Amino acid sequence: MSGLALQNVTKEFGSFTAVKNVDLAVPHGTFVCLLGPSGCGKTTLMRMIAGLDLPTGGAIRLDGADITRVPTHKRDLGMVFQSLALFPHLTVGENIAYSLRIRGVAKEDQVKRVNELLAMIHLSGYADRPVSKLSGGQRQRVAIARALAISPKLFLLDEPLSALDAKLREAMQVELRQLQQRLGITTIVVTHDQREAMTMADTVVVMNSGEIRQAAPPVEIYRRPADTFVADFIGMTNLIDFAAEGAGRASVLGTSVEGLAIPEGLGQGVLSVRPEDVHLTAPGHGAITGKVTFVRDLGGTIETFLEAGGKQVVAVSMPNARPDVSVGQEVGIRLSPDACVVLKS
Amino acid sequence: MRREAPQKFADYGPLFFPAAMLTVFFVIPFATMIAVSFFKRDPAGFYSTAFVFDNYARFLSLFFGKVLGFSLFLAIAVAICCVLIAVPFTYLLSRAPRRTQVVWLVALLSVLSLSEVIIGFAWSTLFSRTAGITNLFVSIGLMSEAVALNPSFGAVLTAMVYQALPYTVLVLYPALVRLDPTLTEAARTLGASPLKSFFTVVIPALRNTIVATLIMVFIFALGSYLLPQILGRPQHWTLSVLITDQAIYQSNMPFAAAMAVFLVLVTLGLVGLTVYAGRKGEAA
Repeated sequence: MSGLALQNVTKEFGSFTAVKNVDLAVPHGTFVCLLGPSGCGKTTLMRMIAGLDLPTGGAIRLDGADITRVPTHKRDLGMVFQSLALFPHLTVGENIAYSLRIRGVAKEDQVKRVNELLAMIHLSGYADRPVSKLSGGQRQRVAIARALAISPKLFLLDEPLSALDAKLREAMQVELRQLQQRLGITTIVVTHDQREAMTMADTVVVMNSGEIRQAAPPVEIYRRPADTFVADFIGMTNLIDFAAEGAGRASVLGTSVEGLAIPEGLGQGVLSVRPEDVHLTAPGHGAITGKVTFVRDLGGTIETFLEAGGKQVVAVSMPNARPDVSVGQEVGIRLSPDACVVLKS
Repeated sequence: MRREAPQKFADYGPLFFPAAMLTVFFVIPFATMIAVSFFKRDPAGFYSTAFVFDNYARFLSLFFGKVLGFSLFLAIAVAICCVLIAVPFTYLLSRAPRRTQVVWLVALLSVLSLSEVIIGFAWSTLFSRTAGITNLFVSIGLMSEAVALNPSFGAVLTAMVYQALPYTVLVLYPALVRLDPTLTEAARTLGASPLKSFFTVVIPALRNTIVATLIMVFIFALGSYLLPQILGRPQHWTLSVLITDQAIYQSNMPFAAAMAVFLVLVTLGLVGLTVYAGRKGEAA
């Protein structure tokens, strides 16, 4: 198979297991984001793919060849570090040319390639500047260009945008995705920022305590989370307990709701309902009854915090699609059954 | 915290103590030495006040030129040996587990507590024919019979490197610890073997530190006068040995002072040249 394949990859540090039996296939040319809270093992997994750490179990294959024990410098990859790790003693051009110089590429070919890459990152004419004279965004681009100089088989980025301010980060996300699509290079990004993952990735891999919880396209991760961790980690959600009453019916917050896709044999569980799928109506008529506890008007959207059956429920609505409610008022809550994801508790 | 520029005279108060110490223990003795270097030697007593260049003129001979040349050569050799050994060693040490680092640093610091005399005599025993390391080589069949390794240039160099190495490591250590470990990792992902990344990233990134360390060890080694006497032949004696000889045994203070002043000037000149070359190399 062309692309990267992780088979049962495990990494133990003493008695602590940082990465547990990870299986993952990354087809050639796809963009994968490893997403998870800090300490979930995503960076360790990337370091093993890069060869900077060796797995204690399992195998890593690149285009069919086993590279588990191949030293880093023979893997033909490009990596962007969180600290960027630009060489302070070299100029922009020398930094980008480093991998070519190490491989003994002829001087004129190095210059040609460096100019090509500088044009790609919109920094033409910067070749002779010291890296210390660049802005954060420019340094970021240089690190990317340096990693891509040899046209690597695999492009790895470890929290690449975390040092940038919010606005620049959003712009770089789009730029990075467009660059990846243009080059068609297999790319893996480690991030803890779900917006970043949703913007860039073909496949989002959500990890927690060293394990993959779900690997799927971004929309599926958001719409169909595999478990309560994923549902809670990605975006805002309401996790509501339910007790099945048979044939798609369940008691939710003291009210009977119909049309839920409850698998057979599941007595009780948790519903994950995104706040935008929580609709406010008039009380009664089979709706769940709730009381408004707080309203956050953000201009573009309005978040309504409700209390129902002793639990907090959050609804997000567009300003023109929401009945005018105020704190203390009793309202009806309707959950779209198709938008409710049934999960084991 | 905002730092304000000193306004009143009293604001300079904290500087008085160090300034006074510097004056009493450095400026005055050094000025005295410069003054004495122009005095005339009095064979009956000590010296008499004068202003003559005889002492400097006497210095300008082939003999003293050779001694000065050897002193500089020895100091440079010690500095280069120390840096060659200490850079890879300290690099590996800075990447080792914390406990290993502490053990090594404590061991190195304890070497600093040894006096030059002890170091000298310890090495002279180790290099002797009767009880030296060559006996060890004989017993493991490396040599056929024990030989004396001192007095010799190698013995002087070894002992001086031994003495200066802890300083070298301690000067390099902070810079190497601060060096971002992802720099070498980045070099490896870009295709450099660990050895190549050491030479293309670690060494160039530490250029200024290494130059500063070379200068420090060079100056340190230039002042050595005991080890060359204990472990070397007369031709291995440094200018510092001659200065001691003139000052203490020949009672020729003015000449000793002139040599000392000259040594300081040459040292400053060399250091200035190194710094200038370093600047130029950086600009290029």
